[in-house]
Amino acid sequence: MKDVWTIYKRELGSYFGQPIAYAIIVIFLLLSMVFTFTLGNFIEAGDASLTYSFFLYLPFVLMVLVPAVGMRLWSEELRSGTVELIGTYPISLWSVILGKFKAAATVWLIAIALTFPIWITVNWLGEPDNLAIISGYIGAFLLACTFLAITLLVSAFTRDQVICLIVSSAICIGLVFATFDPFVRQYSKTFSPEVKDAITALGVWDHFLSLARGAFRLQDVLWFASIIIASLLGTSAILSAKRS
Amino acid sequence: MIEVENLTKRFGTKLAVDHLSFTVQKGEVLGFLGPNGAGKSTTMRMVTGFLPPTSGSIRICGTSVIENPTAAKRHIGYLPESAPLYNDMTVTGFLNFAAEIRGLTGTAKKEAVSMAIETCFLESVARQSIDTLSKGYRHRTCLAQSLLHDPEVLILDEPTDGLDPNQKHEVRQLIRRLGEKKVVLFSTHILEEVEAACTRAVIVDRGRIVVDGTPEELKEKSGTGSLTDLFRQVTTRDTEPETSEDAA
Repeated sequence: MKDVWTIYKRELGSYFGQPIAYAIIVIFLLLSMVFTFTLGNFIEAGDASLTYSFFLYLPFVLMVLVPAVGMRLWSEELRSGTVELIGTYPISLWSVILGKFKAAATVWLIAIALTFPIWITVNWLGEPDNLAIISGYIGAFLLACTFLAITLLVSAFTRDQVICLIVSSAICIGLVFATFDPFVRQYSKTFSPEVKDAITALGVWDHFLSLARGAFRLQDVLWFASIIIASLLGTSAILSAKRS
Repeated sequence: MIEVENLTKRFGTKLAVDHLSFTVQKGEVLGFLGPNGAGKSTTMRMVTGFLPPTSGSIRICGTSVIENPTAAKRHIGYLPESAPLYNDMTVTGFLNFAAEIRGLTGTAKKEAVSMAIETCFLESVARQSIDTLSKGYRHRTCLAQSLLHDPEVLILDEPTDGLDPNQKHEVRQLIRRLGEKKVVLFSTHILEEVEAACTRAVIVDRGRIVVDGTPEELKEKSGTGSLTDLFRQVTTRDTEPETSEDAA
């Protein structure tokens, strides 16, 4: 576990020693607030909750911004050859993967936590269900971690950060739009209900929205956790296979 | 001590390393010579536990790299061919990170880092960001990380590549000095380095060892007293077809 901590510190230092983390956090805050106050009708709706004004728009922001944080994690190591240093240090590959993942997840924990003024505002204007809001924040963080794990897996395939960004964004966008209501209505016309249900079960909306509404269901947390764990295991498998 | 037996590595259909066997004892500096693509780097990557071999065995100080990689890696200090570094860190920051990964903490870490900085003449750039360093400093920074934990086995892939003549001289002196107490395996294209730094040398060609001996023995074998002549006799040139006669 000490190795995870050493890797974690290095990765986090590298995020905050360069403009990347600050830039992405600022853009994230701007975009999420722009959506809340325009499309979300935060003020006019007169609804003391964040579900349909704030959380609803987060997947659209996260699906492109999260890969921008994760794209360098392995691509940069493969490009610069430092993977050969890491691979000959007496630490397990698994602790490197965990350290990297946790460092990038911390960037998102900070970014999401910095939206706290909206929480203060909604408490000041009305009397929201704060437990539902906490559940929504947990959902937002789990969603960011899920996209991050997917990006980590993609970055293990390529030494090119741009390719990693495009491919992992495409996967995250696919996961978001596959179950986005207007799209579901379209493809449910062509596909049989079984196929439609299968696609909907794969996408993020169902799981994310139930958390955002404050319905903390075990199955949603399990859905996020299983994608994260599968992606991290996949990363380990790809990196091991690459060496032989 | 490094013990390599029947080491083989296959990339697809290409045989990169072909049943290679050698041992390096404590106090020995083994020079690994050979043309580009002879399998020198591949062998070193397998010995350091980075690449899994197709077959064969590697033991470092009695520990098998294949069965117990983490324990074996603790004995090794490794300088990869291109001297890869984390460009976003400072020299001291990077060395501190590498020392922590090697399990050093507190004053032991501090001492190891300042010792490595001193040994590799990095004082003047210690606080500098790695991406601003010249090639010579980059190389020495990477060399410094391989010395941090005072390893019993040092594996250096072209340690003098890209250095100026003064730096080359210093690195050779360093290898000689380290070789007195450690096991050193290093690769090079520069034949004069064999005499300057090695106690023994092998020439590798197409994944096999074709010559093995002390620098004096190698000179004798050449017939003319020149290592270059011997090297040209025993290795295959990539510019000539394998079947043709040597026109020169």
